[in-house]
Amino acid sequence: MIKLDAVKFRYEDMLMSFSLSVARSEFMAVIGPSGAGKSTLLSLIAGFETPVSGKISIAGIDMRDVAPDQRPVSMIFQDHNSFAHLDVWTNVALGISPRLQLNSQQKAVVDTALERVGLTPYKARKSTELSGGERQRIAIARALVRNKPILLLDEPFTALGPALRREMLDLIKGIRAEKGLTILMVTHQPEDAKYAASKVAFVEAGRITHIISTAEFFATTAPPAIADYLR
Amino acid sequence: MTFRTITITAALGFILGAVALGFLPLLWLGMAQGFSRLDAYLLRVALFTLEQAFLSTFISVLLAVPIARAFARRDFAGRQFLLKIFSVPLALPAIVAILGIVGIFGNSGVFGGVFPIYGLGGIVFAHVFFNMPLAVRLLLTRLEAIPAENFRLGGQLGFSSGQVFRFIEWPQLSSAITGIAGLIFLLCTASFAVVLIIGGGPQATTLEVAIYQSLRLDFDPARASLLALAQLVTCGILVFIAGQFATEAQVFPTTLSRKARYDGKEWISTLADFLLIALGVLIVVPPLLQVVLSGIGQINFDTALLNATLTSVFIGIVSACISLMLGWVLADAAARRKKGMLRSAILLACLGSLIMPPAVIATGWFVSLSPVVDVSHFAILLVITLNALMALPFVWSPLYPAINESLQRHNRLCSSLGLSGLARLKLIEFPVLRKPMALAFVMAIIVSLGDLSAIALFGSDKLTTLPSLIFKQMGHYRMNDAAGTALVLAAFCFALITLAQKWSQSDDKA
Repeated sequence: MIKLDAVKFRYEDMLMSFSLSVARSEFMAVIGPSGAGKSTLLSLIAGFETPVSGKISIAGIDMRDVAPDQRPVSMIFQDHNSFAHLDVWTNVALGISPRLQLNSQQKAVVDTALERVGLTPYKARKSTELSGGERQRIAIARALVRNKPILLLDEPFTALGPALRREMLDLIKGIRAEKGLTILMVTHQPEDAKYAASKVAFVEAGRITHIISTAEFFATTAPPAIADYLR
Repeated sequence: MTFRTITITAALGFILGAVALGFLPLLWLGMAQGFSRLDAYLLRVALFTLEQAFLSTFISVLLAVPIARAFARRDFAGRQFLLKIFSVPLALPAIVAILGIVGIFGNSGVFGGVFPIYGLGGIVFAHVFFNMPLAVRLLLTRLEAIPAENFRLGGQLGFSSGQVFRFIEWPQLSSAITGIAGLIFLLCTASFAVVLIIGGGPQATTLEVAIYQSLRLDFDPARASLLALAQLVTCGILVFIAGQFATEAQVFPTTLSRKARYDGKEWISTLADFLLIALGVLIVVPPLLQVVLSGIGQINFDTALLNATLTSVFIGIVSACISLMLGWVLADAAARRKKGMLRSAILLACLGSLIMPPAVIATGWFVSLSPVVDVSHFAILLVITLNALMALPFVWSPLYPAINESLQRHNRLCSSLGLSGLARLKLIEFPVLRKPMALAFVMAIIVSLGDLSAIALFGSDKLTTLPSLIFKQMGHYRMNDAAGTALVLAAFCFALITLAQKWSQSDDKA
């Protein structure tokens, strides 16, 4: 579904080079030390950064010169996923039409998405009036209405407590099961990966050094670099 | 009573005393006259004051929004340099800039006759020259504070330039615009030098200038105090209205260091942005060039210039010292209290001179002191005091946030280590606050160097600063001498603002 072929990118004096292949409907966690390039990896796939060389293809199509909004991708950031001055409903509706011209069928889609993430009672509130977890639900609802086959999660639940994180991951897992989404999730919490992902990509110093199953990742027989990171 | 209480009381007492000495006699004189002298002249002057301030503010902000946006969207060689140029007009003494504007758009200028320079058109142009770049810089900081995620989200959702403006940029700008417009309106209402020189007679006179004319030309303190009251009421109402609309800016913690834009890639919006930037440059740069080109070779090193320079530097340094001391003591006191009467009193005292135009206070001093003493003997003291008060808001703005942050960061640690008094001042406060203090000091000197209102009201042949020398030379149609003096003054201010910028930037990195 997602394929990166020797994708090179330079950030300050760090040269990154990513090669990666993610199968359709895979839930892959991206783990590694801070500053290793995990977020950059997602930004390259989403089209926010342009590689120096190499090829990114999604569903077999070369993504070179494809603008972020033309890619079959939704991305949820750690923060600032909603516009503070707009209410919850409008924030989600922007996922369907930036001009906010929605027909009655599309409006129903927004309502359904809000219902699915449990925000219906808050739909007229401004996002600033919501808690951190509720704000991230806005982003999930918007990803739902955009209905893209790939979801990129850049530490979206880092600021939440363990129970709430698990609840959000359940929500994501449910949506994935329903829609067959392909998910890449950057996380600093190994237990999140253990809970939700089937595979783990380990990123170190601008390179993906290991792509292994979650079970192998957490096994006592894991490669030394991973064992060091987890210790 | 601790040492700190004494200093706070003294500083606050000094400021409030000075303001009261200016304000109370006006109130009394104004009340005594009743409404009998609220004549057509006064009404016309008041209306013109509002008219020119409204037009100046409207045009400044209207131009500044798209120009700031163009700067925010484009990265090109020379961008930083242009932004530096945009910071010059505000630091440049008004009289110097006016000389440049008259030199270009006046009858004998390169663009002479493009619009009538004397009167409303010239006043508004001069105010736009000063305030549009200010607004551009203030708005640009707002735009640059928008988190990168917002633009990424816009990019992902396929926002057009217009939608980026509507959903991302405008909400951030609109919360700032009322404040900025209010500030510009106040500056234009209290603007003195511009109106004094290019305002044409009674048709184009503002309250601030009318006060000066009543005091110095007509020797009519009663009328001056009525005008001063009218000015005070106008500014007070403005501040009240602006306060109603003012909203706290949203401050976002920055999570992404790289900022990229995904809109405005079409050639037409690139062209539009560069045309807008060019328009801004066309307003700002020619008068600055004119100042430099017409001044070079015209500097007349006579005793008048030497004396005026020394006087300006002396008044500048002394008033900056006073302003800095007052500002320090009060900013420290305000930072230690998050609410309460004392804090409100301090804020009022320090930011009040923006509301209380200098001519108003000066008029009051004149009225209350002239029956008792010969004001001309104390002229230099009065000018220094007035300049120190005028500089307070500019001292406050770098100093208060720095002191506040330093207190929050170090206060508990200092208390637990028992670090206090001089040792704390030397080890903690001075190293941390050196830069904002220097910045505040330089700002205060710049305010004083550029001041024409205090010196015009209290100055004499014996007491001449660089701005009042330029004014005199212009009055005698010695335009070449005036251009030379203006270049000297501009060079001083430019050197100071360069220093200030260097300090404030290296402070950002820390």
